[in-house]
Amino acid sequence: MKLRRSMLFVPGSNTSMVCNAFVYRPDTVMFDLEDSVAVSEKDSARLMVYHALQHFTYEDVETAVRVNPLNSIYGLLDLEAVIRAGVDIVRLPKTDCVEDVLDMQEVIEKIEYKIGTSKKTKLLAAIESARGVVNAVDIARCSDRLMGIALGAEDFVRDLHTQRTKSGSELMAARAQILLAARAAKIHAFDSVFSDVKDKEGFEREARYIRDLGFDGKSLINPNQISVLHKIFAPSKKNVEWSLDVIEAAENAKEKGLGVVSIDGKMVDAPIIARAKWTLELAKASGMLGGDE
Amino acid sequence: MIAKQDIIDKKRLTPKNSEFFKAKIKNNNNHRDSKICSSIEESIKRSGLKDGMTISFHHAFRGGDRVLNKVMDVVAKMGIKNLTLASSSLASVHDPLIEHIKNGVVTQIYTSGLRSKLGEAISRGLMEKPVQIHSHGGRVHLVKSGELVIDVAFIGVPVIDKFGNATGHKGRSKCGSLGYAMTDARYAKYVVAISESMEDYPSFPASITQDQVDSIVLVDEVGDSSQIGEGATRMTSNPKELLLARRAAKVIVNSGLFKNGYSLQTGTGGASLATTIFLSEKMEEENITASFGLGGITGTMVYMLKRGQIKRLLDVQSFDEFAAKSLGENPNHIEISANQYANPSSKGAAIKQLDVVVLSALEIDVDFNVNVLTGSKGLLRGASGGHCDTAAEAKLSIIVAPLTRGRIPTIVNRVNTIITPGNTVDVVITDQGVAVNPKNSELKQRLRKAGVTVVEIDDLYKKAIRICGKPKPIKYSDEVVATIRYRDGSILDVVKALA
Repeated sequence: MKLRRSMLFVPGSNTSMVCNAFVYRPDTVMFDLEDSVAVSEKDSARLMVYHALQHFTYEDVETAVRVNPLNSIYGLLDLEAVIRAGVDIVRLPKTDCVEDVLDMQEVIEKIEYKIGTSKKTKLLAAIESARGVVNAVDIARCSDRLMGIALGAEDFVRDLHTQRTKSGSELMAARAQILLAARAAKIHAFDSVFSDVKDKEGFEREARYIRDLGFDGKSLINPNQISVLHKIFAPSKKNVEWSLDVIEAAENAKEKGLGVVSIDGKMVDAPIIARAKWTLELAKASGMLGGDE
Repeated sequence: MIAKQDIIDKKRLTPKNSEFFKAKIKNNNNHRDSKICSSIEESIKRSGLKDGMTISFHHAFRGGDRVLNKVMDVVAKMGIKNLTLASSSLASVHDPLIEHIKNGVVTQIYTSGLRSKLGEAISRGLMEKPVQIHSHGGRVHLVKSGELVIDVAFIGVPVIDKFGNATGHKGRSKCGSLGYAMTDARYAKYVVAISESMEDYPSFPASITQDQVDSIVLVDEVGDSSQIGEGATRMTSNPKELLLARRAAKVIVNSGLFKNGYSLQTGTGGASLATTIFLSEKMEEENITASFGLGGITGTMVYMLKRGQIKRLLDVQSFDEFAAKSLGENPNHIEISANQYANPSSKGAAIKQLDVVVLSALEIDVDFNVNVLTGSKGLLRGASGGHCDTAAEAKLSIIVAPLTRGRIPTIVNRVNTIITPGNTVDVVITDQGVAVNPKNSELKQRLRKAGVTVVEIDDLYKKAIRICGKPKPIKYSDEVVATIRYRDGSILDVVKALA
């Protein structure tokens, strides 16, 4: 599974951010054409994102675009542009039910067919309403294009008739439901943005919390949050050392033709080896085994 | 005057015919306030300043300087012409010099930096004689080697006593260290101290002392201390600067020099300041203390001094009010002169003991040469400062800069102007990779091992050009507007006028 800890939101109309976001090396860059873009800039933002997606600076980073809803006058134009530009993931603006995903999928398939691409654009559904949370289980398994579901907290709390709190209790039910739905469908689960950029401690607390819940990652609105998040998602040194031992033991066993080995008297089998490999992957991405953070 | 021959010849001098007698006259007490002049004009008259002479200023107040323009206006009014102006540096506040140059009051300039409208006007050919751009260490060398003879030094100080003892870390307009002024006080033929507040005699400790000062003038204001940092010392929240800083800190930590007792200099600017903060965190983690912090001193360095992370600060220039204040309060915060800081021909310049320096750049070329003076349009808009001094002497010189600034590449094939030669630069850190000077292959391996993404500087250049496109070459005329003097006085490069 690809690492997707950090998904950096980049307003499609912010030239400087569009030009620079790749240098911060989030796991995924997500250009936004929807809420962060003023109506007067919808066209210019689309054009800019269209070019950015094809620019060599974004060759090595996974790209996503949050498009406008299909029932708006921009939705189809957005899709036409970003699919042609080769985006990896289309983030649905607001997903309440299975039909929302399937409608989007249909349009994307048509565009892909029209332009003759072999690339199969993935989908990410944003759950931002009580209805969406209730339908999350069905949404998560409705399409093989769907790589994950994400919580959009701001709209959700409004729909729930409450507001954001420091403790996050208002999101408890939604987080649990989205996470379980994603895990059951074997896709990614992403937590919402933490909007108070200056509250570093609050961000760290929330990041640790959603990591412990089991989320794969989080949407971010500021590049400064990336390294903090990656640090929190990094495995412990002890865990990394143990994983290195496991891989070494497994390789030795393979050479000798043994199926099962043991470390310190404990059996090492395929699931444990898989977990060790995942840990090392994470360690590498966290700069623990060389490479920049 | 008694000839030397008279002193050694036992027979020639007798008390009766000698000049001993005159010398025995008791000094009149009325002369005790004699250094104090009623106006700048009076001090200039007393100094004997004439057409063609050299006058000097210091730049400890940076953008908040209120002395240079005041003095120059008086000089101009008195009709004195054809002066050489040797200010340790010039800031944007000194744009009024343009008029004095046009009117022939100033015909030659020695400075570390030029900015703003003055920089632009000179770039367009305002002056007949090329400006001499020197480094902070190089200026002292020019003075001591006799090229730059200062006839009258005008030294702005926040606090003074009636006999000329002055400091920079007291008073309303604190500027902190008077490191650059100390050179002028020592070597100028005539020293005018200009202050805004007078303390009782004797005012000590003093940076400029009574035996160096000829005249004293009191004015309303010598400087605005809130502008000594020109806003350069705020902690940045700019993500690119923070990224660069984290990377710089990582390079330092893995350089092999990061151990107890190491020494450090960082400049102003967001990335440099943030590097200091990240280093401070790392030092705490690994229980490492630095023996000294050098150079332009900032509040961050002061914070580390207070926490015991740095044992001493050697301060040639205070970059903010925190540093200016600390200099007067903390005995381990020590004022040093420019000669003690960076003069290559000094018997002991502190940079010769320096381990790590973090510097910025406007441009860096594929041979690691650095330009901190001329901008992408070819205009004079920066300062040589201590850049080439520290790069040459520190064990590890690190240049930190974004690969591109907007549509302008920072890594170029050939810098507009060489201020720091590439063979004195060890590492270039950009947001898109770290390049190590090929002469330092050991460091390259060390950093690679530590997981730093080390790339070739040519690849950085290619990437910058791929992003920005190749800029059109700047069109220059043949006329030289500035000469770049290396720290030993030699000519390193020239800046030509814009066509």
